[in-house]
This record gives sequence, C-alpha cells and structure tokens, in this order.
Amino acid sequence: MSARVALLITHLRAEEKLLLSAFEARGIRPDVILDRDLNVDLTTGPEQTAPSGLPWSAYDIVLERCVSTTRGLYMLALLENWGVLTVNRYHTAAACADKLLTSLALARASVPQPAVRVAFDADSALQALDCLGYPAVLKPVTGSWGRLLARVSDREDAETIIEHRETLGNYVYHTYYAQQYVEKPGRDIRAFVVGSRTICAIYRTSPHWITNTARGGQAFNCPVTPALDDLCQAAAAAVGGGVLAIDVLETPDGRLLVNEINHTMEFRNSSAPTGVDIAAEVAAYVLDTVRVQA
Amino acid sequence: MTTTPCPECDANLSIPPGAMQNELIACPDCGAELEIISLDPFILDLAPAVEEDWGE
Repeated sequence: MSARVALLITHLRAEEKLLLSAFEARGIRPDVILDRDLNVDLTTGPEQTAPSGLPWSAYDIVLERCVSTTRGLYMLALLENWGVLTVNRYHTAAACADKLLTSLALARASVPQPAVRVAFDADSALQALDCLGYPAVLKPVTGSWGRLLARVSDREDAETIIEHRETLGNYVYHTYYAQQYVEKPGRDIRAFVVGSRTICAIYRTSPHWITNTARGGQAFNCPVTPALDDLCQAAAAAVGGGVLAIDVLETPDGRLLVNEINHTMEFRNSSAPTGVDIAAEVAAYVLDTVRVQA
Repeated sequence: MTTTPCPECDANLSIPPGAMQNELIACPDCGAELEIISLDPFILDLAPAVEEDWGE
C-alpha cells in the first residue's frame, strides 16, 4: 500500500531526517510542511490547500513533529476536527504537553508517579511545597528540555523562587506544579513506546539532577524489564497511546515512577545505545495506523 | 552556488554532506546555529531563536 504522508515540522532536526529516510526505505516520500508557512482558514475544511500545494484531505496521515508545542497542538486539533488522521492524536498530545494534565491522566489510571500538587497563589504554593516536604521540585506546567525546573531545597528557597515567579513570570508561571523530589541513582530512564510496544529504553546519566540529554545527560541502554514495560504501557494508555517517550524515575527502594511523557520525542542519541531503529519503528507505526483506518 | 557566507561571521561555508532544506547546522567557525533555507542555490539564515514552547 502506498500512503500519502505529510510531515509537519518547525524545522528539520536529526530526528526528522531519520524519519524521512525510514519512510523512504518503505517507498514513501512524505511532504514536509513547515509550521511557519501555515495560513489556515478555520471556517472551511480539509479541502483547502496545504503549503505543499495539496489539499489536506489528500493526506492519509499527518505526522506531527513540531518543535513548537503550540503550533503542533493547534494543528492536531484542527486536523482532527477535519477528520484528517494524525500521529499523535490531539488528546494525547494535549495531555502530554501539560504536566498537570499528564499527572491527572496518570492518577486516573492509577499509574505510579511522584507525589504532586498544584497551587495558584504564592501562599498556597508555599503550603503545597510544605505538604510535599523538602527538597521538592517546581516545574512550569508547560515546557521541555528541563527549562525552568527548580529544585527547592528548603522553605527559604521556596519563598525566593515563588517571589521571582510572581514578579518576573507571566501568568503561566503562576501555576505552581510542585512535585516530590525523587532521590534517583544519578540517572533516570527514558522508555520509547510505539503503539502497543515498549521498543527500547535508555538510562540518562548525569551528575546534575536534571538528566535530559538536551542538558548533557549521557544515554546508555536500559533493558526493558517486564516491570518497566508494564509501567510504560499503562502510562501510554493513560494519555491515549501513540508514539511516546516515557520518563521514569527509580526510587531508592526500587519502585518505578512515571515522571513525564513526551509526545514529539527526540531520539537521535537513543538508537545507537539500544540498537533499535526508532525512526523505522515510528514510520512502520504511522503506516500501520493508515492501514488500520483504511 | 555551493558555498555561501555565514550570516553571522561571514565565513565561507559549503553544503554539508547529506544536508537537507530546513535543516539546522552550526557554523564551524563561529558556532552560530543556522538554517538551510535552500540547497540550490545554497542559502543560509540564522536559525530562529528558541521559544518558550519549544521542546519535545
């Protein structure tokens, strides 16, 4: 079967180059659509022309890989509203893009996660952190790559960080998402879920408490144990499934907790240590999704 | 045209092997992040600055 695929991007990263190669290996040449070129009439439908020159309705599927979360989310909403098939689905992306909504989805599905609270005011944020105990972590509800995470060592830290946020931050930073700090063993786990499988996982090691590879964390293969697989499948299902990266923390007593879920994951540093061609897995999943819908 | 000046430091840059349109590259001289606007002709521009909602 030959599918017509659009790849929606902000710009071409290593991941998107790998994806294009993976599709090409399957005889598919996706149309690359830049989110900066979009100019969409919201009052009409998918028959309007995409920047590629084709109507959106001509595409069997759109793979959303925008670096811009805002643009990606709105386009998924729009395409889904028009009945255009997408990976990921809007509700999955929306749940992953907002840490509060991710936590709610995990809680609803009884997926283990660190203790977490939300508050919307400086005083109640302090109370939330007091409830969690110190150290704790304050995170913006949106954002990525470890940006603006704060480890809050004690109440004085909390007062300082909250005052900075109240004074300098826009309203987004006045939502205080406060999470229990998990004393992890110098690493966390990133597991890649594609459809119904946990295809591989890496340890991200760093002497810094923020272990994102975007912040210098090193990637090593992490065996996908039955326990990790079960947790990741449950986490993926909780947000609606698709192509996801599940960030997992190991507690000192050996439990696994889901920290975050990413819906447009980076994986350039993960195929080599795991030996899994992640781009090929994603391309195959996208084409399978088209087949299932046909 | 297979070379073009870096828009930041004016170094003369060639198309990297395997490069694609809209790919981000770093200038080997000044380290500026650049976007390949076009391969033929070879045109570079400064990559857009990272925005608050960028991520994965």
